[in-house]
Amino acid sequence: MNKPLRRIAIFCGLLVLTLLLRDNWLQYVQADTLKNDENNRRVAIERYASPRGDIIVDGKAITGHATTKGDFKYKRTYKDGAMWAPVTGYVSQAYGATQIEAINDGILTGNDDRLFFRNTLDMLTGKKREGGNVVTTLNAAAQKAAYEGLAKRGGKGAVAAIEPSTGKILALASYPSYDPSVFAGGSNADGEAWNKLQKKNDKNDPMLNRALREVYPPGSTFKVVTAAAALENGLYSSAEEKTDSPLPWTMPGTTTELPNEGNIPCEDATLREALRVSCNTVFGKIGSDLGNEKMLDQAKKFGFTEEQFVPVRSSASVFSDDMNQSQTALSSIGQFNTAATPLQMAMVTAAIANNGTLMKPYMVDELQAPSVDTIEKTDPQEMSKPLSAQNAQILQSMMETVVKDGTGANAQIPGVTVGGKTGTAQHGVDNSENPYAWFISYAKGADGSSPVAVAVVVEDEAAVRDDISGGGLAAPIAKSVMQAVLNGKR
Amino acid sequence: MSSTTNSPTHHTSTIGAIGAPSRRNTELALLAFAVVIPVFAYANVGLAQHGEVPTGLLSYGLGLGLLAGVGHLVVRKFAPFADPLLLPLATLLNGLGLVAIWRLDQSELLQSIHQAGNAAPRQLMYTAMGIALFVVVMVFLKDHRVLQRYTYISMAGALVLLLLPLVPGLGLDVYGAKIWIQIGSFSIQPGEFAKIVLAIFFAGYLMVKRDALALASRRFMGLYLPRGRDLGPILVVWAISILILVFETDLGTSLLFFGMFVIMLYVATERTSWIVFGLLMSAVGAVGVASFEPHIQTRVQAWLDPMREYQLSRSGATDGMVHSEQAMQALWAFGSGGTLGTGWGQGHSELIRFAANSDFILATFGEELGLAGIMALLLLYALIVERGVRTALAARDPFGKLLAIGLSGAFALQVFVVAGGVMGLIPLTGMTMPFLAYGGSSVIANWALIGILLRISDTARRPAPAPAANPDAEMTQVVRP
Repeated sequence: MNKPLRRIAIFCGLLVLTLLLRDNWLQYVQADTLKNDENNRRVAIERYASPRGDIIVDGKAITGHATTKGDFKYKRTYKDGAMWAPVTGYVSQAYGATQIEAINDGILTGNDDRLFFRNTLDMLTGKKREGGNVVTTLNAAAQKAAYEGLAKRGGKGAVAAIEPSTGKILALASYPSYDPSVFAGGSNADGEAWNKLQKKNDKNDPMLNRALREVYPPGSTFKVVTAAAALENGLYSSAEEKTDSPLPWTMPGTTTELPNEGNIPCEDATLREALRVSCNTVFGKIGSDLGNEKMLDQAKKFGFTEEQFVPVRSSASVFSDDMNQSQTALSSIGQFNTAATPLQMAMVTAAIANNGTLMKPYMVDELQAPSVDTIEKTDPQEMSKPLSAQNAQILQSMMETVVKDGTGANAQIPGVTVGGKTGTAQHGVDNSENPYAWFISYAKGADGSSPVAVAVVVEDEAAVRDDISGGGLAAPIAKSVMQAVLNGKR
Repeated sequence: MSSTTNSPTHHTSTIGAIGAPSRRNTELALLAFAVVIPVFAYANVGLAQHGEVPTGLLSYGLGLGLLAGVGHLVVRKFAPFADPLLLPLATLLNGLGLVAIWRLDQSELLQSIHQAGNAAPRQLMYTAMGIALFVVVMVFLKDHRVLQRYTYISMAGALVLLLLPLVPGLGLDVYGAKIWIQIGSFSIQPGEFAKIVLAIFFAGYLMVKRDALALASRRFMGLYLPRGRDLGPILVVWAISILILVFETDLGTSLLFFGMFVIMLYVATERTSWIVFGLLMSAVGAVGVASFEPHIQTRVQAWLDPMREYQLSRSGATDGMVHSEQAMQALWAFGSGGTLGTGWGQGHSELIRFAANSDFILATFGEELGLAGIMALLLLYALIVERGVRTALAARDPFGKLLAIGLSGAFALQVFVVAGGVMGLIPLTGMTMPFLAYGGSSVIANWALIGILLRISDTARRPAPAPAANPDAEMTQVVRP
């Protein structure tokens, strides 16, 4: 009987071998996939197992942590959560994480591979694991000015401000906003707070990050892009050259006259004058003359049609590519299909203020280890060169005229050179809804360089329709943001 | 570590090299490790979970040590030539199982759903009962051949044990598997005991019938086909295991019994055709039953796509089937353990929830001891099987050979079916990891199994009584077991 016994022994050996192979496949080959599977609750347990690192603005943490019951030990808290929500995003035990909280989760929890060596050391010395910090480029005073300006206005709106020379994002506000602290835990109260904030329960959609994720028709603020295209394509060579613009002007291929806002001197106006009083006819005709392709090229150089990653994703701004002449004309004054995020319009302004060079916008300056050593630092990076320095300076002087004695007078700051452009964009079927009030501007320091470029959009349902103009509603907010940055520089 | 306790008289025999050393001291030394390792593991859990050495450390250590000591003394007295590895291996697995059960007892999550809390003290009690049964086997079963007398009583007993869970009012339906009976506050898994009793029946039956089964056959396509009337027994056993599958919806038990029978049949007859028949019949049976039994179908689905099953369970799917996230949770536990594991008490295997400390206990080891720990555990099991097979090889009587290979083959199959199920290699079944898992029936039955194997190995290794001196006899070669 011994021969079959030996064979059975081999069979049993094979059974064990199969198990060993399976175990190696499971715990070695597949281990990382299984371990990091988002459905694996251990991922979340780990995320909340130690106090999360902080998100830092101007050297101060805008986040904190609190202990909770259950298998998640800590939850996130926020200081001025509503004001900072468009920057931080949220991290919730029940609803996961977004924006910086999600993108830099590894650093904040201390699980990042770049912390591996340190974590191993800590494990050996018995130190508890800590999270690292995310240092942002934001400017607390500018953010406060932006958020409070929007809150005072009361309607919906957003602000994006950039340092033109580097691309650092200085302010990123959205209103109405939400405090991510209220649903950071996993309790029933957190669930209720979350539900209350959802779009289906709050028509104001407070969780929408309007500065990055909402595209608005930019209206007349887009005329600076059209002006840049005119100068870059050699259509006109200076701000003082008279444009060949009839009034009234009938859009090519149609019998429709493009109207101006009121009775303004637009016939054969210079570019400077046309921008100062915001002539639809002049810029509509420029767009029509240049054609869809050239206008699209210029818009793309400013960043249109692409999502931006700052590192939080922003929506792509829109400039269409298959339009006829009249549609191109309308698009060139920021109507028809043209739509831009507040960040996009801030980028346009920043590129002009930075003498034609567009810097890639970013808001994470530095990733720090728990010991505050720098792990990664973001260096300013050139993104494109939408216009020549010469043309940029022509455009600057035009925008400065707009503020000095044009529609943007509300943004004047005593003793400071400010350039800007107002916009009032119509929307809704037959323009039935309240227009969006836009204002884009930059301020110049004493040395001629610009420390801040800002874009503000306000949708004010309470205001009387006629009152809505970029100059009236949006410019004061832009002004206070610029002032906050300038005061910080002094 | 070894010593020879053979009296010199054995060496005066003309039969050389038959006086094998008893290796009792080896066993004692190994037992010391088998007790100390779980004690360290126990301290480790306490330090990881509460930051202090658990207060029960001393009593736990003494308890395990006492049980192991009793086992050892009984073996020393009543089976001095028994295999020295089996007792330490079983003690080590049992001790580690107790630690894992105690570790899961600490989980607030499992306490809140009444899946743990005071399981470890109960398991320690079951272990004591298991050792008691082990002692009974050692003391009263002087020779395993006595069991041969009870061949047909064993058959009846095994059938009764297997049918008990189907008795109304006695059987329990635990998540679809009807393999439990309830007596008072105790729930018992009769299948665990049936495993041993059936092995006795098969061994006794096959020993008598093996010649008929082996020789009376026709040759067909290179295989020896048994005569129709000799097919009877295998068909009956097959039918019984199919019935188990249908009525108790337990694939594991069914596979185990049929597999054990085929192994023993093969060993008894040395006919490969039985293996072929066995495989064919179990495949037909399993596929056939799975085609209409929803409980088996969900198990198969959970095996093929555990993630989908997890999501169905999470979303509370109401398609009339019981969806469980256990399979996926177990895989996550293994994956999260990785190569070296999180360390005792630092994993989250409580997420498996139901049966975390019984059917799924291997996942706790996988997460906290890692690939290294599981490989070590599997090799411990492999060693038990190896010692069992070696006992079968060394046994001098066919009944002992058959019983030893039946028990160790069944043990190997059980380990494969449970570990393979938990690791997602095969569909999950409702069986428990021998010695590791929480459950009285399993621990007690497996201690009895070890007892019987030790008894057979003692008989096998015991020096033969010295024959009368015969000067003409040549030196006989003896294969040392």
